[in-house]
Amino acid sequence: MASHAVTHTSGAHDDAGHSNPNYQHQFEDLHQQYDATTFGMWVFLAQEILFFGAIFCAYAVYRFKYPEAYHEGARELSLILGGTNTIVLILSSLTMALGVRAAQLGRNKSVFNWLALTLLLGFVFMGIKAVEYTEKWEKHHVPGLNWHMTGAEADHMQIYFSIYFAMTGMHALHMIIGAGLLLFFMYKAWNKTYSKEFYGPIEIMGLYWHFVDIVWIFLFPMLYLIS
Amino acid sequence: MSAHTEPHAGGHNEPHVASFGSYLAIFGTLMVLTAITVAASRVDLGPLNVWIALLIAMVKASIVVLFFMHVKYSSPLIKLTAACGFIWLVFMFGLTFADYIGRTMVEPPKSWITAPAAAKEAPAAEQK
Amino acid sequence: MSATLAPPLHTTPEPEPQFPAKHFLNTGRGVASWLLTKDHKRIALMYLISVTLMALLGGFFASLVRLELLTPQGDLMSAEQYNRAFTMHGIIMVFFLLIPVTPAILGNFLLPIMIGAKDLALPRINLLSWYLYVIGAILTLSSLVLGGADTGWTFYTPYSSMYSTGAVIPAALGAFVAGFSSILTGLNFIVTVHKMRCPGMTWMRMPLFVWANYATSLVQILGTPVVAMTIILVALEKLLGFSFFNAAAGGDPILFQHLFWFYSHPAVYIMILPGMGIISELVSAFSRKKIFGYSFIAMSSVAIAVIGFLIWGHHMYVSGQSVYEGLLFSVLTFLVAIPSAIKTFNWAATLYRGSISWDAPMVYAIGFFGLFLIGGLTGLFCANLAVDLHIHDTYFIVAHFHYIMVGGAIMAYMGGIHFWWPKMTGRMYPEALGRVSGVLVFLGFNLTFLPQFLLGYMGMPRRYHAYPEEFQIFNMMSTAGATVLGLGYLLPLVYFAWSLKYGKIAGNNPWGAKGLEWETTSPPPLENFHTMPVQTEEAYAYADEGETHHG
Repeated sequence: MASHAVTHTSGAHDDAGHSNPNYQHQFEDLHQQYDATTFGMWVFLAQEILFFGAIFCAYAVYRFKYPEAYHEGARELSLILGGTNTIVLILSSLTMALGVRAAQLGRNKSVFNWLALTLLLGFVFMGIKAVEYTEKWEKHHVPGLNWHMTGAEADHMQIYFSIYFAMTGMHALHMIIGAGLLLFFMYKAWNKTYSKEFYGPIEIMGLYWHFVDIVWIFLFPMLYLIS
Repeated sequence: MSAHTEPHAGGHNEPHVASFGSYLAIFGTLMVLTAITVAASRVDLGPLNVWIALLIAMVKASIVVLFFMHVKYSSPLIKLTAACGFIWLVFMFGLTFADYIGRTMVEPPKSWITAPAAAKEAPAAEQK
Repeated sequence: MSATLAPPLHTTPEPEPQFPAKHFLNTGRGVASWLLTKDHKRIALMYLISVTLMALLGGFFASLVRLELLTPQGDLMSAEQYNRAFTMHGIIMVFFLLIPVTPAILGNFLLPIMIGAKDLALPRINLLSWYLYVIGAILTLSSLVLGGADTGWTFYTPYSSMYSTGAVIPAALGAFVAGFSSILTGLNFIVTVHKMRCPGMTWMRMPLFVWANYATSLVQILGTPVVAMTIILVALEKLLGFSFFNAAAGGDPILFQHLFWFYSHPAVYIMILPGMGIISELVSAFSRKKIFGYSFIAMSSVAIAVIGFLIWGHHMYVSGQSVYEGLLFSVLTFLVAIPSAIKTFNWAATLYRGSISWDAPMVYAIGFFGLFLIGGLTGLFCANLAVDLHIHDTYFIVAHFHYIMVGGAIMAYMGGIHFWWPKMTGRMYPEALGRVSGVLVFLGFNLTFLPQFLLGYMGMPRRYHAYPEEFQIFNMMSTAGATVLGLGYLLPLVYFAWSLKYGKIAGNNPWGAKGLEWETTSPPPLENFHTMPVQTEEAYAYADEGETHHG
């Protein structure tokens, strides 16, 4: 992996990028490498859509069957915390997009800063989530582990909360992975890896992060905004 | 080196670099839509609420996909790939819900019965 | 079609084939050069070893099942032990043999070469997929050590998530991890086919084996993640007591089945499509004739992949799902037979007036024909809602899917491994023994599974370790057949190993077949070609040898 700056004059495709230390030899040139790796990330995201889609399907089936339980369950969630997290994540998508833009322009220091900001917002999100989960634990709303609920819809609310924890837990796991990846790319940017000729990995990081944001864009209304 | 038979999908010889301001505008739009979806959830519109929430979420997701994820400026292949994920969700949801909705249909839809009078008599006749 | 051995494919005498001095097997030595390789060919061989080992284990469990079923009484094992035997057989064979066998071994080795590329698009992801396979296998083995799962490979809830005392979680997690191995393989293939074809290699000039693996990869990407999430839900329910399928809390066990079969039905197309791709290659090479209806076969692969996602409910006709749902799925299920039939007609048309030679790969290919035909046609019985009410969960179903999975997919794989063995290793296997194993497998297979159609029709249920006396004769035939089948599978292990040291040197193109893989050395060099190819002709461009018919 490159740890030294490789400066190129703009538009230097004379050797098709072969002298760039990040060039991988199964490809013809850096163009093909960019094309193939970004396409590869999109194929991965298509797979992720189906991965989350399965639990969204379970969510939808049970909402269809037990609308009251969902209504009751959503009332136990904090709109303030959920709403704040939505703002935080969308803001982190903005900072991530600006980080990709910086990479496209070959500005490694800027990339580092935007990714750091994105990471920070990610930590804020996780912090708020931790507060929410703690509150759920204290109120005995964790199915199987310390569940206690009264009322007509108590049984069905177990399903609602199981789905709540599975969905938000899986989302959080993806964010943690994303945070790890952000750290890795911050390190690479610190070492001046990226340039106008080679910025694909940041684009790919951005695609992943935006996807995680999109999952939350659906999670928030589906779990919190049941009127 | 030999030439490729087709141009590089994505045409990223000159990547489309959006302006700083345009990204801010997208962010602003997403914030507005978030506010709208929260407000809409406060108004009781019965079964319509979930569809409105879903619609707004899909608009927000589309904005993220098109602009933050650059799909607007990407190749048809990438657009198709993104679309395929959602199309397959339609398959999964659609055919699964056909079951749950079908279970609420105790009798077949009236239009399937050619002789309505016969339908009224048949269940009585079939009591064993 | 003459039944005698056709003359060798080469009509002009050729110089003695040479073993290349430098090739991918001797470029880089030592364990690290294998375990850290990025070469798709080495990864393919590592898969070959691990998949073969898992197949032997799965076969061991099959032997336990067949031994028990030799007698009507449950005398070899208790019912609970028998449950574990058929469950582990199913899990191992489905997730660790059938899903990866052709894509991860033959696909990995051949796909880049067939399109003129140096490697797959993402070599490190390829290596990761092998490690995930191994980790999944270790998890499944740990389930074995802990007594094995007893839920059936289908993990139906609520038994799997609430009541089973078997080692369900490690087995399910093993399948989960193996699923990600499969997803990564599919991802790699899709990207490679779209982005790495050599100059002149248009979509409609690619070998049909590549089309088949491409269609398979679509299924791997879009189907596997759903079962991955479903397994997680079952694990959460079992480990933490969450409620997803727990009827006491209002959960619906049938929802599990919907989510499970959404993947597991398309999964059977992951298993068969690559095999169909092999058959296209074999039928063309051993008729020395351009494949008939190339574009129909290519498109039908994609059609099967897509339609295959719309028909999962035919596994659930008697589950308690709405009868209207069953109706809908029955109609859709009949549709999927159409593209399969299109392929079969095109293969037959290729054979017609071809110059057939009966080398071992062709023995397997023709065996595939008969067995896949029976498997496919019996699928129509199963698709019929009214018939399935009687045959669901009987041996009819067991026979149907074994005809496709083993008679179809594995036969095709065996044909393929014989066909491409010389390319991968530079050595020929002993041809006579190759034909013998093909015949043994064909005969043994039919003896094993044909009686099972009758058993199912007569009402013998599956997954029972004891049965009424009147079913014994067919069960004895089936067990006898399984022994012959086992011999037919063990024989190649012996002669393939033998061939590595003593096999005849193959040379670049021992079969005289068309395809970029035959234009490079056997074994190929590290970057597949000494000069990167340019594709200038259509696929299967065999010279007309007095033929008046064209594909």
